[in-house]
Amino acid sequence: MIANYGYKDGSGDFFISIDTNKCMECEEKPCMEACPAGILEKFADDYNDVVVGVKEEHRKKIKYSCAECKPASGKRNLACQAACKPDAIAHTW
Amino acid sequence: MITAGIDVGNKNTRALILKDGEVLARSLVPSGFDQKKAARDVFDATLKRAGISEADVDYTMATGTGQEKVTFAHGRVTEVSSAARGAVKIFPGARTVIDVGAEEGRAIKTDEKGKVMDFAINEKCAAGTGSFVESMSRALEVTLEEMGPLSLNGENSVPMNAQCAVFAESEVISLIHSRIPKEDIAKSIHEAMASRISSMVRRVGIQKDVVMLGGVAYNKGFVEALEEDLELKLLIPEDYPEYISAFGAALVAVDKAGSK
Amino acid sequence: MVEVKEFWRWKEYNWKNPDIQWKDAAVITAGVDVGSVSSQAVVMCDNEIYAFANMRTGSDSPNGALNAMKWALEDTGMTLDDIHCKVGTGYGRVNVPFADRAITEIACHAKGANYMYGPTVRTIMDMGGQDCKAIRCDEKGKVVSFLMNDKCAAGTGRGMESFASLLGVSIEEVGELSLQVEEEPPPVSNTCVVFAKTEATGLLRSGWSTEKVLAAYCSAMAHRVVSLLERIGMEEDFAITGGIAKNVGVVSRLEKELGVKALKPRYDTQIAGAMGAALFAKALVEKGENR
Ligand code: SF4
Ligand code: SF4
Repeated sequence: MIANYGYKDGSGDFFISIDTNKCMECEEKPCMEACPAGILEKFADDYNDVVVGVKEEHRKKIKYSCAECKPASGKRNLACQAACKPDAIAHTW
Repeated sequence: MITAGIDVGNKNTRALILKDGEVLARSLVPSGFDQKKAARDVFDATLKRAGISEADVDYTMATGTGQEKVTFAHGRVTEVSSAARGAVKIFPGARTVIDVGAEEGRAIKTDEKGKVMDFAINEKCAAGTGSFVESMSRALEVTLEEMGPLSLNGENSVPMNAQCAVFAESEVISLIHSRIPKEDIAKSIHEAMASRISSMVRRVGIQKDVVMLGGVAYNKGFVEALEEDLELKLLIPEDYPEYISAFGAALVAVDKAGSK
Repeated sequence: MVEVKEFWRWKEYNWKNPDIQWKDAAVITAGVDVGSVSSQAVVMCDNEIYAFANMRTGSDSPNGALNAMKWALEDTGMTLDDIHCKVGTGYGRVNVPFADRAITEIACHAKGANYMYGPTVRTIMDMGGQDCKAIRCDEKGKVVSFLMNDKCAAGTGRGMESFASLLGVSIEEVGELSLQVEEEPPPVSNTCVVFAKTEATGLLRSGWSTEKVLAAYCSAMAHRVVSLLERIGMEEDFAITGGIAKNVGVVSRLEKELGVKALKPRYDTQIAGAMGAALFAKALVEKGENR
């Protein structure tokens, strides 16, 4: 399953997409620790797969929660993506 | 030398006339549907106030989101450049400029000459702009001007869930129904807004001095919330913080006219 | 919790299938969908819908869930104890005291749509009063891809109502009125409801009729939905649920832009989530995991 967390508003599309088929194969879930904003959490989804998702309290402000990793210019450093070995995390912005 | 800066925003259009570094006159009209007409009208009004004619102006510089509508201008400069230029002129130590108007919010990193190094913009979503506070003041049934003083009297903030100006209105109404004091609600509104602006500012990196411009700079409640969030003091131009882009454009015009 | 007005006009009602004797059923399950505005309860006997109710949640969601459930069971003689498994869903799903499990509205909505529209449905666009969701699922109703947008009012009933109120039009009239234009105007350029209203004020001042402004807004909405569908990958068959399904102005423009017709449902689409929850409950019973 591709789970898209985030939103689309007047200023653009801000989604973090988790490919749960890849994510469920990963035991350690290093992305959770790697994220400086602590926005990812581990849970068993509706089909009982243990995967990560974006915490409820960040879903409506993800553009701001992730701002630190996305400077206006210069190098982006998406810690979650870098930590994810199966390449299960994508950002739409 | 006489120059003019014309700042065409989505909501208001402003003009400012500068003579040898002194502001001769300034004025504002709502941008309305016809920005071209607004630019013309505001320029004429400002000329009249300054007691000069268009022929006396050496260089007219347009800026703002509707800058291309100023057909009579000699040149154009982006609103980011003009804001940085104006801010550094007033506060030579300025390195970070926060400009929050009704329909956009900007954070700009500048060098000591007012040259833009980097910037980030909040726009097209009212929740990240001055319109947010305006919508909330309607829900609270107070004027926009009352929002600041009201919020400074707030003691406890309540968490605001909604990140959308429309949903936040419903949330504010239900907070009123549950008898939360208006002061506390106003405080929470400014804190919510400040956290969105501060995360935009962090994207360009915060370097002192930090200057705040734009119409929202008049709102003391918002300024206090933003200062707390950023953990620093903001410098705010004493006069007309919302005219700094027009002022900056008039300054850029001086350089241009000099090299003409 | 946030108290919100009722934005999509719907009636509180309950319904019972007269052809079913619940005492004869092998498996009885229930699903309760607790939304911020309304709550629905569905009771299923084996593979059939036996009863359902739809009512306002009120300010306290645990009671909202119980009230909806009690109302569905009204005059049936059935009690909560007769139900083998109960699943809660919706934004108040963790507040359903009698539920055996909580499952997200995304999974339940897909499962319910699979039942209501049949196994050929692959893409579901749900636009409710407070949020919208786009879901792609397989032939069993299992979610393949989804997104949910509850941050932005654009594309929700609340946003539509806020826009329509500027024009002095009630939300039920928007669709019909928006079709009364000779030529399709360009869509409203601002997505943001606040800025779209400012834009609309300008359009009216420049001589546009109310109908023309509504047409421009409905077509902007249709564009927005298409972009959400593109994000999850659109596949036929396609279904629209939620309040917006009743807005012909948006639906017809959406179908035109997609070049696809939306399926017609057999039931009130509002109960899709609760129905999915009842179906999940049934699967739990079959797997012996209902307690
Ligand atoms: S981009 Fe940064 S803040 Fe956002 S989820 Fe990834 S690691 Fe966390
Ligand atoms: S409707 Fe709300 S969330 Fe959407 S763009 Fe406008 S203020 Fe932002």
